Amino acid sequence: MKTSTSRPRSASLTRALNRKPLGVASAAIIALLVFAAVFAPWLSPYDPLAQDPSVARQGPSAAHWLGTDLLGRDLLTRVMFGGRESLVGVAEALLVMLVIAVPVGILAAYLRGAFDRAVLSVIDIVMSIPTILITLASLAIFNNSMLAAMVTVGVLASAAFTRVFRSDVLAQRQAPFVQAAVVTGLPTWLILLRHVLPQARGTILVQASLFAAAALGIQTGLSFLAFGPPPPAPTWGGMVAEAAAAIQSFPWMFIPTGGVIVVATLAFGLLGDALRDAAAEQVQQRPMPSRSRRAVDTPRTADDDAPAERHREALLRVRELSVGFGADEPLTVVDRVSFDVGRGEILGIVGESGSGKTVTALATIGLLGRGGRVTGGSVVFEGQEIAGDAAGNKAAMKNVRGSGIAYISQEPLVALDPSFTVGFQIVEVVRRHEKIGRAAARARAVELLASMRLPDPERVFRSYPHQISGGMAQRVVIAKALAGRPRLLIADEPTTALDVTVQAEILTLLASIRDETGMSIILVTHDWGVVAETCDRTLVMYAGQLVEEATVEGLLRSPRHPYSRGLLASDPHGARRGDILPTIGGIVPPPGSWPSGCRFAARCPMATAECSQRPIPLVATGTARVSRCIRVGALVEEAQA
Amino acid sequence: MTMMVIRRVLMSIVLIFVSTLTIFVLMSLVPGDAAQTILGENATPQAVEYLREQLGLDQPLWIKYANWVVGLFRGDLGTSIYSGEPVTKLVWARMGVTFSLMVGSTVAIALLGIVVGLASALREGWVGRSIDAISLVGFALPSFWIAIVLVAVFAVGLRLFPATGYVPPAAGVGPWLNSLVLPVAALSLSGITVIAKQMRDSARKELERDYVRVLRSTGVSETRIVLLHVLRNASIPTTTLIGLMAVGALSGAVFIENVFVLPGLGSLVTSAATRQDLPVILGVGVAFTAIVILINLVVDVAYVSLNPKVRQSR
Repeated sequence: MKTSTSRPRSASLTRALNRKPLGVASAAIIALLVFAAVFAPWLSPYDPLAQDPSVARQGPSAAHWLGTDLLGRDLLTRVMFGGRESLVGVAEALLVMLVIAVPVGILAAYLRGAFDRAVLSVIDIVMSIPTILITLASLAIFNNSMLAAMVTVGVLASAAFTRVFRSDVLAQRQAPFVQAAVVTGLPTWLILLRHVLPQARGTILVQASLFAAAALGIQTGLSFLAFGPPPPAPTWGGMVAEAAAAIQSFPWMFIPTGGVIVVATLAFGLLGDALRDAAAEQVQQRPMPSRSRRAVDTPRTADDDAPAERHREALLRVRELSVGFGADEPLTVVDRVSFDVGRGEILGIVGESGSGKTVTALATIGLLGRGGRVTGGSVVFEGQEIAGDAAGNKAAMKNVRGSGIAYISQEPLVALDPSFTVGFQIVEVVRRHEKIGRAAARARAVELLASMRLPDPERVFRSYPHQISGGMAQRVVIAKALAGRPRLLIADEPTTALDVTVQAEILTLLASIRDETGMSIILVTHDWGVVAETCDRTLVMYAGQLVEEATVEGLLRSPRHPYSRGLLASDPHGARRGDILPTIGGIVPPPGSWPSGCRFAARCPMATAECSQRPIPLVATGTARVSRCIRVGALVEEAQA
Repeated sequence: MTMMVIRRVLMSIVLIFVSTLTIFVLMSLVPGDAAQTILGENATPQAVEYLREQLGLDQPLWIKYANWVVGLFRGDLGTSIYSGEPVTKLVWARMGVTFSLMVGSTVAIALLGIVVGLASALREGWVGRSIDAISLVGFALPSFWIAIVLVAVFAVGLRLFPATGYVPPAAGVGPWLNSLVLPVAALSLSGITVIAKQMRDSARKELERDYVRVLRSTGVSETRIVLLHVLRNASIPTTTLIGLMAVGALSGAVFIENVFVLPGLGSLVTSAATRQDLPVILGVGVAFTAIVILINLVVDVAYVSLNPKVRQSR
């Protein structure tokens, strides 16, 4: 960003707050309460101490807007005067807290080292001191002085807030404009004053507001317990105590007296919350990609329905599968993809990130994350429809998971629950699918681990996920996936997170499982090496669409789509040392910004004007292969030349 | 694990000295003392001076503190200036009430907070929004205020529970529990909302994790995933917060015991503070710190046993 070395304008916090009605209302209420308290002697209709037994215990009326108390004193007047004591108390505690916590927090974060460590250990101790006891002790020592009590509260609370300010500044310390100021040789105190303090302002305001709510609770609590100015002086807490004593005979009194405490406390709390939200919005004011545009309509062609090779015994049959994210007007991420997986076949799905390959794979097992759902098409597994929201389909999907289709993910170490042992997690799946006893399930789990060629399956069985390596974890995840004896395994980049040597072992393992059990595999990857070594057939995806489908051999020898060719050319596997790897310029257009013509045209070296004019259908380009390109002829010629 | 417990205990001993020493230092800062308070404003200076000597108040700060510490190790916390009774006896007599309140509130906070939080993690929409609203109110409202409302509704209005007073368990477990319901409710409400919010956030985070997706792919039932895997993992960050809420409930007890007229440490220390009875305040301080230490130990043990990574590395 161009503006990264200049400080973001601080006025925008106020502006962001202005957009929060609750925050504005809270600020207004606090201002009103302060105003009423300050000008109480001039504004209040009565004398706060004047008793009038003839009007005792009255509800609200024209003469007494909030009614009267047990001795006939005007409650509105007493609430206004009582606010003085409470709000001054809050201000005292707040001031003390800020005077200690802000400079100490900022200095600790900025100076680091011994000072920081000393501050942190003092904070640890002070935070464990029971605040209320020290406060009561200081009330006892300082002769029932509310000032002493609130100062004590401020001092003790400063520990927790020092920690908050410290971590805030610690995060800001690395900000470019602070670094720039350091480079220009500005003295430390000036950097702190000019750059760090204004940045911490948002956090300080939020915390001050939240602390004010807490301090008001303590102040009114103490006056409720009859500390501070003795009766008949009006205090918010004292009035609540009077109301509580008469709660059976005169319940009304609790409404205005308890109410003002609630309103004030909530105002401080809500203001803090609104400030926090406003500050958070300031940070993330980036333009979001518009999600209003839907997938561009492509005319249906007969070819779209016909995958290149019809396996007579297709295990999985995916037709016109579309996936959208978002509730109201879903943003299409996968656009009418069709393919088959035969029994015992390993099907690769390749493409750059953003091509929709992972989402396609997850949709076939119904594991799209939050907000994602199948918006069209069908997924038929062993003759049974399993996609969509219909109750029958959902139940079918539930039954298929684990026993029909299994899944392994990219990061094996986070694919296991960290809180349970490996053995527990495999036994859990075994017993889900087979009605066998604990001992038998355990034996089967160990057997599964052993068949993953793990050297010491008994030890792995007893281990927690954090105690095993990434390669071992991926074997465990595969064992877990196989525990229900599935016919299809969906492997989402199963080797990306692993070391090169381990990658090869895992791929060999997967291939041998296929050979031994006849299980089919969908292998999502961006690695042509993986495709070449393991797969039988491959789909190439681009911007949510299937762009080419062919056997691995056919695809590697002569790609029939410029995107496939570009991907192959940029693959480091075939390159010689010293070669400059050609890359495809540009990026995959994100969902929502797909053009109506060929989605690859903008990056394609062979694109003509015609490519962008209309949607491109999938066409057969030879035996058992299809391509979504109208320049196939030129492509083949170019390859032969 | 043993190392951790030892470190915690050492830290706690430091804590007892820091908090009591703070009170002693504050005491030395102000003129006037217990002798003056006992004899009243009109006492002759000679009489006050005599009583000061009798009470040992004329000695320097560090000697007073050293004497107090020596007493502490002997189980002698001095005598109440007001009633002349041994502080240890006063504190012991009232420990049970406060301890039951604290344990009751902690259990309520942990159980209800986790149940409500987990439920709202699974349901989007109004449940979540009302928890947000209630948790703000619950966090912001002073517990004595909540207590009065509870008394007005459930004791005065519906007559379900006694408005005030404490029934010792010796007089029957039913009446004892009944006398604790409203105080515990008042003490735990804010904690429940805080825990519910934390639980909801961490459960949502867990539900998005890879291991949940993988578990779903294996066919393990959603109920089992939520109640076993998500609950366990989401509980780990929640444990620490439950400890903090338990300590908060202890502070709240000071106010709540006064509202409900319960003979616990909180009402003892409040009346001691109005009478400037410092030995009693110090004694309750020691008792409170001891309870805080106990809470922290329980939380640490729970945290470690829930989290295999920590458990294995110690």
